[in-house]
Amino acid sequence: MLELDKENFAAEVLEAQGLVLVDFWSPKCEPCKALLPGLEELAGRYPAVKFAKLNILENRRLAIGQRVMGLPTILIYRDGEKVAELSQDFQIEDVEAKLKELSA
Amino acid sequence: MSSYDVIIIGGGPGGLAAGIYAARAKLSTLIIEKSRVGGQAATTEEMENYPGFFQGTTGPQLTQAMYEHARHFGCQFCKDEVVDLELEGWEKVIVTKQGRYTAKAVIIATGAEPRTLGVKGEAELKGKGVSYCATCDADFFEDLEVVVVGNGDAAIEEAIYLTRFAAKVTIVVIHDEGVLDATKIIQERAFANEKIHFVWNSVLEEIKGDGIVQAVAIKNLKTGAVTELATDGVFIFVGTVPRTEFLRGKLDLDERGYIPTTELMETSVDGVYAVGDVRQKFLRQVVTAAADGAIAAVAAEKYIHEEENFRKEVLEKTKPVALMFWSPFHKESLAAVPVVEEVAAANAAKLDLVKIDTYRNQRIARRYGVEEMPALLLVKGGEVAGAVTGPMSRDSLEDLIKSI
Repeated sequence: MLELDKENFAAEVLEAQGLVLVDFWSPKCEPCKALLPGLEELAGRYPAVKFAKLNILENRRLAIGQRVMGLPTILIYRDGEKVAELSQDFQIEDVEAKLKELSA
Repeated sequence: MSSYDVIIIGGGPGGLAAGIYAARAKLSTLIIEKSRVGGQAATTEEMENYPGFFQGTTGPQLTQAMYEHARHFGCQFCKDEVVDLELEGWEKVIVTKQGRYTAKAVIIATGAEPRTLGVKGEAELKGKGVSYCATCDADFFEDLEVVVVGNGDAAIEEAIYLTRFAAKVTIVVIHDEGVLDATKIIQERAFANEKIHFVWNSVLEEIKGDGIVQAVAIKNLKTGAVTELATDGVFIFVGTVPRTEFLRGKLDLDERGYIPTTELMETSVDGVYAVGDVRQKFLRQVVTAAADGAIAAVAAEKYIHEEENFRKEVLEKTKPVALMFWSPFHKESLAAVPVVEEVAAANAAKLDLVKIDTYRNQRIARRYGVEEMPALLLVKGGEVAGAVTGPMSRDSLEDLIKSI
């Protein structure tokens, strides 16, 4: 998964074409760590979607700028527009359901 | 389909302790955890009341050590979610999203999850400043202001933790000024913390914000006045609700959804145990969850051993079995033992005698509906074929044997 920061966020997400999934996480967030293997597995199965992650410890302002103030949060963008959001109590199955819906 | 001696549902401290004890007793043991092991304890940084661990041990560190401990003794783990179970009978079936398992004993350790307030704006602003996990989200609030709702140990401890990040932490307390449900030592720390402010006699009425939390409406219960307080975040710690929805109709739950158990962690279904926060209990802590887990694993081991013995000695026997229920503390039943033994010995070619001491094992008596002692059941091919209860005479026993 692509590592995002304030240097590349605009180019890789906001100015990118197609679907981009951004996983907002932190090393202190246990539920986030629980999701990670599932996301990596999904990345293998959805090659048309760009999978990226943003560590909020190092990029707090960037996250808040995207109106994320809680973890775990997954945002999905299409052509730079936010089209889906999953926050806090969701399962990896919910992420896949969203991806299926958006890539249909 | 995989078979285990013991399947534990949930990998928090209760489930992990049960896993350590069961695996160490050489029972084949599987823990099914839908997320990450550690449970609620893994989402709290402050861990200073687990005996022996007080110098900076965190929740994730402690539960990780428990996980390694369980693995060390051969406990297996599987990341999956239970969707259905059949708990009645000897072979219990557990259906998960990805598989199907059978177990001789099941230990439910699914824990509890934070209770929501149910106020306007709460659901909409979750992840947008409304949080139930301080360690997950505290970093967002560096130099910002937050509101904490609740006044138990969890609420006050997490409020203190939040002062390491936030500029100001306002705790909304439903009680009169100076009254907190948290333990004294935690209260004193909160009162001494300059970043913590209290709003007494009050509840949260609404969380406001356009896409992100901006303010809360606080209602004073004494005056009825509602005031608005600008804030960047709201942390809610107002107790928990048990994760037992999937168990509804499968075993007894109390009116709040918790599982009532005996002192041996037995639920209303034979061979099914409950441990930790999911259980009806006085104190929900890591140490009590771990204790529950140890008790349940030992009780499950005894149950499996007794049931396996009973199946071998009674249910699977081709020869009829005289099943006698007695107790060393019940005079009449004690007097009947030599009579029954004598008649059984004289008829040893026709039947075997198995005595059940109901002082040590009430489960089998309960299963056969034995309420009076002494009682003798004749079991043929696993089915009850005759019975004598009350005082036992040689004649009544001989008659029963003739009926074979």
